[in-house]
This record gives sequence, structure tokens and C-alpha cells, in this order.
Amino acid sequence: MTATSEKGRMSAFRSRWDAMPKQVRWAGLAALVVFLYILPNKWFYEYLGFPIGSDYFAFYTTRSDFATVLFDTAIFVLLAVGLNVVVGFAGLLDLGYFGFYAVGAYTVALLTSPESRFGTDWPWLAAVPIAILVAMVSGVILGGPTLRLRGDYLAIVTLGFAEMIRLYAARNEGIAQGQRGIPQIPHPPGTGADGKALFSVESSKPYYWLILTVIIVIIFAMRNLANSRVGRAWVAIREDEDAAEIMGVPTFKYKLWAFAIGAAVGGLSGAIFAGKQTFINSDSFLLENSILVLAAVILGGAGNIKGAIVGGALTWYLPEWLRGIGGLIGVEFDAAEYRILVFGLVVIVMMIFRPQGLVPNRRRAAEFADRRKEAVPQETVPNE
Amino acid sequence: MNFDELFGNFPALTITGLEQGAIYALVALGYTLVYGVLRLINFAHSEVFMVGTFTALWTWEAFGYNQNTAAPAFGPLIVALLAGLAVAMVASAATAVTVELVAYRPLRRRNAPPLAFLITAIGASFVLSESFGIGTERAPYGMPTLIPQETVFTLFGAPITNLQLLILGVTLIMMIGLDQFVNRSRLGRGIRAVAQDPDTAALMGVNKNRVILLVFVLGGLMAGVAALLWDVRFGFTKFNVGFLIGLKAFSAAVLGGIGNLRGALLGGLLLGVVENYAAGLFGGDWKDFTGFVLLIVLLMFRPTGLLGESLGRARA
Repeated sequence: MTATSEKGRMSAFRSRWDAMPKQVRWAGLAALVVFLYILPNKWFYEYLGFPIGSDYFAFYTTRSDFATVLFDTAIFVLLAVGLNVVVGFAGLLDLGYFGFYAVGAYTVALLTSPESRFGTDWPWLAAVPIAILVAMVSGVILGGPTLRLRGDYLAIVTLGFAEMIRLYAARNEGIAQGQRGIPQIPHPPGTGADGKALFSVESSKPYYWLILTVIIVIIFAMRNLANSRVGRAWVAIREDEDAAEIMGVPTFKYKLWAFAIGAAVGGLSGAIFAGKQTFINSDSFLLENSILVLAAVILGGAGNIKGAIVGGALTWYLPEWLRGIGGLIGVEFDAAEYRILVFGLVVIVMMIFRPQGLVPNRRRAAEFADRRKEAVPQETVPNE
Repeated sequence: MNFDELFGNFPALTITGLEQGAIYALVALGYTLVYGVLRLINFAHSEVFMVGTFTALWTWEAFGYNQNTAAPAFGPLIVALLAGLAVAMVASAATAVTVELVAYRPLRRRNAPPLAFLITAIGASFVLSESFGIGTERAPYGMPTLIPQETVFTLFGAPITNLQLLILGVTLIMMIGLDQFVNRSRLGRGIRAVAQDPDTAALMGVNKNRVILLVFVLGGLMAGVAALLWDVRFGFTKFNVGFLIGLKAFSAAVLGGIGNLRGALLGGLLLGVVENYAAGLFGGDWKDFTGFVLLIVLLMFRPTGLLGESLGRARA
């Protein structure tokens, strides 16, 4: 009962929001964006009247640097938005999305770091397009042979890909430099008003703002893409691949595009991560993270960009926040430790009871409802 | 490339490859059985194997063996091995059945799309491995040395150890047993019927849900055997031990033709051997890579595998 009433409330909010004048909606969105930009500033909370220094904050994470948490969350949101193209729009299961993130990060590291064997010493900005390109190409290499086949092979091949990248990075001493990793990756360029470098190790805030800007740009691009010919082709493929093929949609081509675009976004986020971290080794690319990104997309609602954002924010931010709350009430527990267990359970439960996610894509929600109606009521068949 | 290493140690590489391949093959059977009937990659199967490795270890600890105890005499050894085997098989089968009942069956009842099954499978896999990871503090656990490795005889200059004989022997026995069960018994006929055409099979009076359950049980039992052999041979386990084995076993299943029992055996052995040759040729860094590259190349040129996909069309 609660589920249906909540659903009703949510869709009521949605239709009211949609019915508002365009100006109001834009103003609302602009306010949200401004809010997100000032979120990491401490003065903002002082202004709101939260007692700084005590353990009590509304959404400040007390156990870890808030700007860093925001940055990590934003990276996660960007990944979720990218994976949403693959899983949500085109309906392909990519279990190794973090592999592309690793490819992007390693490309930047190898091209820019003075410690790298390549000795190219590029600036960070020049390496970013190359990282995106390499991630895209690796997506095509991976997707080329598998996308022609049944979708489930893609799942296992991508899963293997992510783990192989990590294993190779961990063991290979020549290029990836094993556990030692690649240090001294340069920061993004730019100097602040006070003449100091804008991006440094001192604060995560500029990186958060950078990635927030990137996310906003990507979201606009994705929205347009989803409403374009390509986006319609993806929906057709997701709903019925054979029918789409018969109707003249070149399914393989568009599936490959979805995969490559998803990979490119993954590579981009990896490149930004490398620029912030200045040091990467194989431990930064654990397979669990691929699953967390997938959980984020599913939880939020595959096929809906808003859903991907909500899911991405929840999967990373919530455990960090809970850690602070736990400290507040005197319970010492590391919510991040249980993160994968909890989100694994959430995924299973969601698939059974709410497969369309928290903020569903309307068409997908309708698909699930249709299929459920078609299900043969097995209880009426005397089995035993 | 190190050709000397490859050709100099060719027989030894082959026999150790077969030994590892046998374990892959046993795990691959679970993937192949479930895939043949449900057309589902059961990602959680790697965790079914992992549960087996831990429960066998706990059984031996209950018997009082640990890493410091000396290897037992023949009589107690057999008892310990059989007890470990029974517990591992039961635990693995129970895990597989639990996943089916808790995760997959509700989805089938709701006529969920294939993507939902895959997502659930990966969720189940991570729930299992994480709960063991948290429970065991993510530490590797060493096994008691039950059977000290010793060379029994040499073949073409390759030393053949007692463990290799044990692993290959057990795998062959299990394989023949399962093959006979699926191809000869009444229950096996049900499995083949559902694999071929679920709806018609149901009309002919085959209980589909019971067949599916049986398939999970059989896969779990085989994974339990593989887990015990792994424990005896490699002497450690960890919460994520299943991942790489699972990935390779799946590759093996595809290599032989997924849904095909004999294909799983062939694929497993072949993968183990090829992997070892590659390790000899390119160095150990590349060992785990080989299976994966092999999988992609195979999907490119022969996606139905070496023997073709046919649990349903297996010889009657």
C-alpha cells in the first residue's frame, strides 16, 4: 500500500512540476544548480545557522572532508549518467563500467606523469581528449565482437574486462608499474585570483566545481541525444531488438554507439579523477565499484537521467553521511564497509518489487507493468 | 616470448594445465546446466563455489586439523576428505537453491525481462561474497595439509603428483556420473525436455519449477566437488576466490558450447592447458588474460562453442 501511495505522490509531484510555466521550471533548476555550487562552502552553513565545530550538521559529513565526499559523489553521478546510456537507454548490461574509468585514468597518467615510461610529459588538459578517445576505442574493441551476440555475453565480457584491466595494472611492472602505481600526475591548469594554482592538493572544492560543470554539460548533451534519432533507436532496441531491426534500425551500429558513448563518459571521469588524485595504482579500480555504479543506475531508475543522478548521489553520499550520524549517536561503524552488501540486497529487492527504480522512466515503467500483466499466474496451476 | 620455457616444460605445463582445467570444468558444469535450462548466466555460481571452499575448511577445523597439524594417516584422511566433500557439496547446493528461490523464482513469476535476471544474478553474487568478506574480515585462510604433494611417477619428463591423479580422477568420475544422470535417468530426461522447449515440456507433465531446482542442485553439487579439490590442491581460500574461477569456468563453458555438458569438460581442460602454455610463453602476468582473450576471440568466430550448444539436443 505504501508503495502505491508513494508512487502516486511522486507522479503527482511530477505532473505538477511539468505543468508549471517554463520560466518557473528554469528558475527552479537554476536555484538547484546554485545550491549545488555553494554546497561545499563552510560559510554557507554558518549563514544557515548550523553550529560549526560541533558534530551536528544537516548533510555535512562529519567523518570525512565534505568537499572530498562531494567530489567522489559527483564522480559517481557522472559515471551513473554515463552508464545510464548503456543500461538505461539501450538496455545493454555493462558490468565492467569501471574498466573504462581505469582506461581513462591510466591514459592520462601515462601521458602526463614524468614518472611514466612514455616520457611524454603532456599537460593534463591535452591528455583528456586522448583519454576519452582511448576509452571509446576500447569500448568498440570490446563491444564489436560481443554486441552481435546475445546481450548476456556482453555482461560477462565487460565484467571480465574490468577485472583484467585491474589485474594487469596490479601485476605489470613495465608500463602500469604494479602496486607502486604512477605518481606525479599534473593537476588541471588555471590560476586563481590570488595567483595560486586553482587546482591543488589543498582543497577538493575546485575539483568538485569542475566536475559539477562537466556533469551539467554532459546532462544537456545526453538529453538532446535521448530525444534525437539515436535516442529513439535506442528505445526501439531496448524494447524489441528484432522488431527494431525489421523496421530498419541498424541495431548493431546503435548498440555500438551507446556502448562507445558510455565508455567515453567513463574515460572522462577517470581522467578527472587522475587529475585530482595525482597518483593512481590498481587499487583505485576495484571491481566492486563497477557494481556500485550499476546499483546506482538501477536504484535511481534506468533510462532516466534524473534517476541516474539520484541513484549515483545516494550510493556514495549516503554511507558517508551515515558514518557521521553513527559517530554522532556514539555508534562506531563504517557504513562504507557494508555498502556493497547493502546495495547488492537493494538491487535484488528492487528487481522484484520496483524494477523501474526510484525515479522511473515512464516508458520503462510501463514496459515492466505490461510484462507483469502478461505473466502466467503460476499459483493457479496445481504443480505439486 | 619464451619458447624455451614452453617447449622445455611442455609435458609439465600440460599436466598442471589439465589439473587446473579439471576444476574449471566442474564449476563450468553449473553454468552450463543453468544456462541450458533457463538461458541465464548465473553469476552467483562463482559464490556457490566459494561457499564450498569455506565450508570444507570449517569441517576440517571441526575435525581438529589446522595448518600446524601433520598430515593424517590413511584412514582418518579418507574420513576427513569424505566429510569435507559431503559438507561442501551440501552447502554449495543449498546456496544455489537459496539463490534460485529467493532471487530468480520471484522474477520468473513476474515475467521479468532478461536484463532483470542478469542484474539480480550479479546482485546475488555480491551479496554472497560480501557477507563472507565481512564475516571473514577479508583475510585469506590457509588449509590444513591433508595430502602432502608427492610425485608418483614421471611421464615424458613431467612429474605426476598424487594430487593431480586425484583431481583428474574425481573430475572424470563426477563428469561421467552427471552425463549418465542427465542422459539416462528419468529426471535427466525432464531436464533435457525443459531445455529443449519449456512450454511443451510443461504440457507433457514435466514440473518445470522442480526441474529448475534440480538443475541448481546439480550445479551446486559439482561446485562443491570443485571447491574441495581446490582446497586440497591450492591450500587457501578467500571471500573473493570465486570470482576469477567463475569467470574462467564461464569462459570454459562457452568455449565448449554453453548448455553442453561434455563441452564444459572439454572447454575446462582446454582452457587450463592453453592458459598454462600462455603463462610459459609470455610470462605469468598474462595467465589470467589468456582465458579472457580466448573468450573474446571465440565469441568472434564461433559463438556456439566447440561442441555446439545443446543440453536439450544431447544424445537421447
